[in-house]
Amino acid sequence: MNPVNYLYLAALLFTIGATGVLIRRNAIVVFMCVELMLNACNLAFVAFSRMHGNLDGQIIAFFTMVVAAAEVVVGLAIIVSLFRSRHSASVDDASLMKL
Amino acid sequence: MTGQLAAYSTSTGEAFQFWVLGTVAVIGALCTVFMRRAVHSALCLAGTMIVLAVFYLANGAYFLGVVQIVVYTGAIMMLFLFVVMLVGVTAADSLKETIKGQRWLALLCGLGFGVLLIGGIGNASLSEFNGIGEANAGGNVEGLAALLFTRYVFAFEITGALLITAAVGAMVLTHRERTERARTQRELAEQRVREGRQLPPLPAPGVYARHNAVDIAGLLPDGTPSELTVSKTLRERGQMRDVSQEAINDLRAMEQRSQERLERTAIDAPTFKRAEEASK
Repeated sequence: MNPVNYLYLAALLFTIGATGVLIRRNAIVVFMCVELMLNACNLAFVAFSRMHGNLDGQIIAFFTMVVAAAEVVVGLAIIVSLFRSRHSASVDDASLMKL
Repeated sequence: MTGQLAAYSTSTGEAFQFWVLGTVAVIGALCTVFMRRAVHSALCLAGTMIVLAVFYLANGAYFLGVVQIVVYTGAIMMLFLFVVMLVGVTAADSLKETIKGQRWLALLCGLGFGVLLIGGIGNASLSEFNGIGEANAGGNVEGLAALLFTRYVFAFEITGALLITAAVGAMVLTHRERTERARTQRELAEQRVREGRQLPPLPAPGVYARHNAVDIAGLLPDGTPSELTVSKTLRERGQMRDVSQEAINDLRAMEQRSQERLERTAIDAPTFKRAEEASK
């Protein structure tokens, strides 16, 4: 098997995640799809790290994980406070700035 | 890791693992997107992440594989589940589209994006393949640490600042300062009287002497279930069970049995009201 297949899998997962962000309306599920995209990127980084034979790709994936953890904490806090004020987790309902 | 073997192609075992687990990962990702309830989406995503952890291990990223399981499936997905618990009372998506045809346009965009991405990878010249064996020679964790504390030390320090900012930000966002005094019991009682909707406490769920589960609505004297008796959360989730028909059927069966015992011939249906009165 050619290791490029890992890249194809990562591309597929990223595409599914991106489609999910566009399709779903529940803020939590949208957020999960973003996580899926980040994970797909990590897989690509790890595969590249193996292809090039150095550890830089793994370091980048490690930083991605840290940033994702921080992002999840803040994002979920935003969703919870949004839910408190609007009683809905739908991204359609957060349209206060719409004309 | 056998560096020589991994230099050009992967082993058959890894190919087998890739095709089996890759299928699982894609199915998990699709379920994440298309499951109706947020909890199911979260569980499917957790499965996909575990599969990705196995792929990291197969690619020689031992540290990342463990971190993926501990941080992603252990911490982040559990955080998601907690928030689903807090927020996801009405977690099922509404099927009404606010923008007409958005779903199909989104699918089309996703498909086009995927074709572009995969076509791009197909056209790239990815002939170079060294294998991770040499880089992992002194141990994966040791190699990562050596890089992290020399070349990437500045980014590492900034990561610390980012994490503490995120922690403080989450606390600020979810903390709610009480702007007014909490209302006392007397004030609440007065408000109830003023509104005049529900003066006594709400009735308890369950049907007396038969069911006492909280998800079963209590029956009114005429046999219809009362929504008031079930908690608001369960009502919104649509997890209320209705046993009103069951009670009437039981009554009917009981009546028939008593008739059999008294050796009466069949009496037509409307009489069971009289039987109920007689039993008092």
